[in-house]
Amino acid sequence: MEFGLSEEQTLLQDSVQKFLSGEVALDRVRESTKNKNDKAIWQGLVDLGISGMLIPEAQGGVAMGTLDAAIVAEQLGHHVTPSPFISTAVIAPTILSTTSTHNDLLAAIALGESRVGIALGDSIALRHDQGVKEDKGLLSGKATFVLDTNADVFLVAAQNKSIYLVEKDQLKINNRTTIDLTRSTCELLLDNSKAELITSDESVYHQAINIGRIMLAADTLGAAQCMIDQAVSYAKEREQFGRVIASFQAVKHMCAEMTAGLEPCRAMVWYTSHAFDNLPNESEMTTCHCKAHISEIGKFVAKTSTEIHGGMGFTDLVGLHYWFKRIGFNRQLLGSPEMLRSEAAALQGLRNV
Amino acid sequence: MDLSFGEEYELFRKDLKAFIKQNRHEALGGRLKSDKTDAWQKRLIENGYTARTIPKAYGGYGATLDIVKSRIIAEEFAHAGVAGGMSNQGISMLVPTLLEVGSEEQRLKFIQGTIEGKIIWCQGYSEPGAGSDLASLRTSAVLDGDEWVVNGQKIWTSSAHIADWIFCLVRTEPEAKKHHGISFLLFKMDTPGIEIRPLVDMTGAANFNEVFFTDVRVPKDQIVGKRGAGWMVANAILGHERDMLGDPNGALSRLNSLITLARSESLNGDKLIDHPVYRDRLMKLQGRVMAMQYNDMRILSSRLNPGQDAKIARMIVKLQGTELRHDIEGLGIDMMGEFGLCYGDNPDLRDNGAWQSQYMFQLGLIIGGGTSQIQKNIISERGLDMPREPRAQQVKSQEANSQ
Ligand SMILES: Cc1cc2nc3c(=O)[nH]c(=O)nc-3n(C[C@H](O)[C@H](O)[C@H](O)COP(=O)(O)OP(=O)(O)OC[C@H]3O[C@@H](n4cnc5c(N)ncnc54)[C@H](O)[C@@H]3O)c2cc1C
Repeated sequence: MEFGLSEEQTLLQDSVQKFLSGEVALDRVRESTKNKNDKAIWQGLVDLGISGMLIPEAQGGVAMGTLDAAIVAEQLGHHVTPSPFISTAVIAPTILSTTSTHNDLLAAIALGESRVGIALGDSIALRHDQGVKEDKGLLSGKATFVLDTNADVFLVAAQNKSIYLVEKDQLKINNRTTIDLTRSTCELLLDNSKAELITSDESVYHQAINIGRIMLAADTLGAAQCMIDQAVSYAKEREQFGRVIASFQAVKHMCAEMTAGLEPCRAMVWYTSHAFDNLPNESEMTTCHCKAHISEIGKFVAKTSTEIHGGMGFTDLVGLHYWFKRIGFNRQLLGSPEMLRSEAAALQGLRNV
Repeated sequence: MDLSFGEEYELFRKDLKAFIKQNRHEALGGRLKSDKTDAWQKRLIENGYTARTIPKAYGGYGATLDIVKSRIIAEEFAHAGVAGGMSNQGISMLVPTLLEVGSEEQRLKFIQGTIEGKIIWCQGYSEPGAGSDLASLRTSAVLDGDEWVVNGQKIWTSSAHIADWIFCLVRTEPEAKKHHGISFLLFKMDTPGIEIRPLVDMTGAANFNEVFFTDVRVPKDQIVGKRGAGWMVANAILGHERDMLGDPNGALSRLNSLITLARSESLNGDKLIDHPVYRDRLMKLQGRVMAMQYNDMRILSSRLNPGQDAKIARMIVKLQGTELRHDIEGLGIDMMGEFGLCYGDNPDLRDNGAWQSQYMFQLGLIIGGGTSQIQKNIISERGLDMPREPRAQQVKSQEANSQ
């Protein structure tokens, strides 16, 4: 038995970490959110081979696994990096590689030449008039919280859970601001839009949603770890009452409690990623719990590490709120904790009906 | 146990209800220095619904202190969702201070303008090196002839960018022990030598500031209380600030908004209120709000009945009240799911984005006005009589001994 990252995976982690902390420090994140432009950052990740991680070798990718992708997602969360990683490099290849009809698009993704937006989440929790309907091969309706405003083409799930490819010129794209400025989200309006059916296999839809959930969980893991790291180092520097605040037991215990909560989440992301590729029977249920649980821990860490920074944590000066909001965003997308837990119960038949 | 306040008070409540009903269209509150708010504020003062106990000579209504009436006023405005009397740091912190320790001249000069909303104040206490440990503040004031010369820096100064005046803690007796060397000064924010740099906070707004003082000259008589007594002057009202931050009426009014939200928003075809999971979380919060309201009644009662002790009940208000508010806002976001993420110019925003911005702002209040950890220290040390943590000096010498 060996439960942990392989040597290659540690190397991958290091190289992404090195790139992000070197080239995509917080100033760059601020600048990118201000200009709503993550193209240069994405190009850097493409150069590292990140865009082709989950793409078969025949299409120019490196055919790595879900755990490898989770390692990257964790680093992106750690550095609050704006990028279309989850949509273009993870969810799109997961869907497109189930057919052989879109090898060109897969190759373009691997090369960093195409960005694919993802509009799958509407039927997880219907709240308003959102949702897309298919009629005679044409799509109409509204897709919300779509990942990647800057995409060239979109994968859209209709209410029947079939997935379609829709070109940009067939849609109206409305930018939609959320608290998390490091994520670009939009609303798509479709009106008898031409669309190409990719798959009507419902299991592909679920695979796509679930790998997205794992990535969001890994992203929160990284973001929360970074918040703890920042809180610990701030506590060791900041002095009040003639001593560093880290010497107050209250502050130490806050840091210890965050760490105690988050550390198991790391193992949970590893296991869940492994299960996605290797343990199909338990994968979905594990994924639901993984994202729900990490979201709860993340919420606690986001609040607590801000508190440790005192008034400074509430300002934009230290920029801690980028992490706070990123964790808040991940919590709601593709299934909030409440939705996920009820799904987990249903998947196990844990109900009296 | 007797929960009724008696006939006089029920009549008072009835009149107030009628007043609110008749005049609610005029209430526009909240905004600082807008003419509409000033007019509303004046109406409230004239009718004794705010600045009630402030003597007529200082522009108030001049009633004798009746905490039951004050409470009825707070309750009725909160229930009606109508802005009551203005609340800002000048009104809730400086005015009580002047009433308690200010000179007659200072009261005449400042109170009326402040309660009418014409003079906006900011609170210059915290400094980059002095937050929780406020008494270590270093901004200095040195007497030069008839003027204090102020040098130093404040931070997190709410409203400094719109304030006319500041009440400011400065060190005037550098030789004295740290709590005894502080004085409480008042000065105009347009005095030469003051530089204000707005600080953007996590909500994206810039409500607080860094304030720099370079040779700011302040008339000698603009000191409240004696030289070196500033710590006591400031502490006379700190408790008051904490009561304000934990106010259960604020929590109740947000809980009511939450119920409205749960009734109007739906999830998979059902109203949120019909989802047991959200309803249970809502009910849990309602229970917490109720506990805090009754706790407040008990505090009130202890002030009416001298024999009753509510010391700890009062000590926990800031801690519990701000955490509760934060949780209420958090449930608002969770109930809306992805739609709870909308912010800024997003057309799908609910309630003007209040759920997200309040979720963050309430975290700010968990930190401001004495952090939750400091509150817990107070509860355990002063409430439960537990020993303080060893001081830095002792820690260092113990470490030295063990090496
Ligand atoms: C929204 C907001 C508005 C504000 N408005 C004003 C204003 O108008 N005027 C003004 O003067 N100030 C204002 N402040 C400042 C506020 O009073 C301080 O931020 C607060 O007192 C905490 O001080 P600090 O930020 O220096 O944190 P620090 O004191 O550095 O605290 C950092 C962390 O250490 C912990 N800590 C510190 N000492 C101890 C201890 N002894 N035991 C255990 N834990 C400890 C704290 O709890 C916190 O978690 C405002 C702050 C906020 C957030």
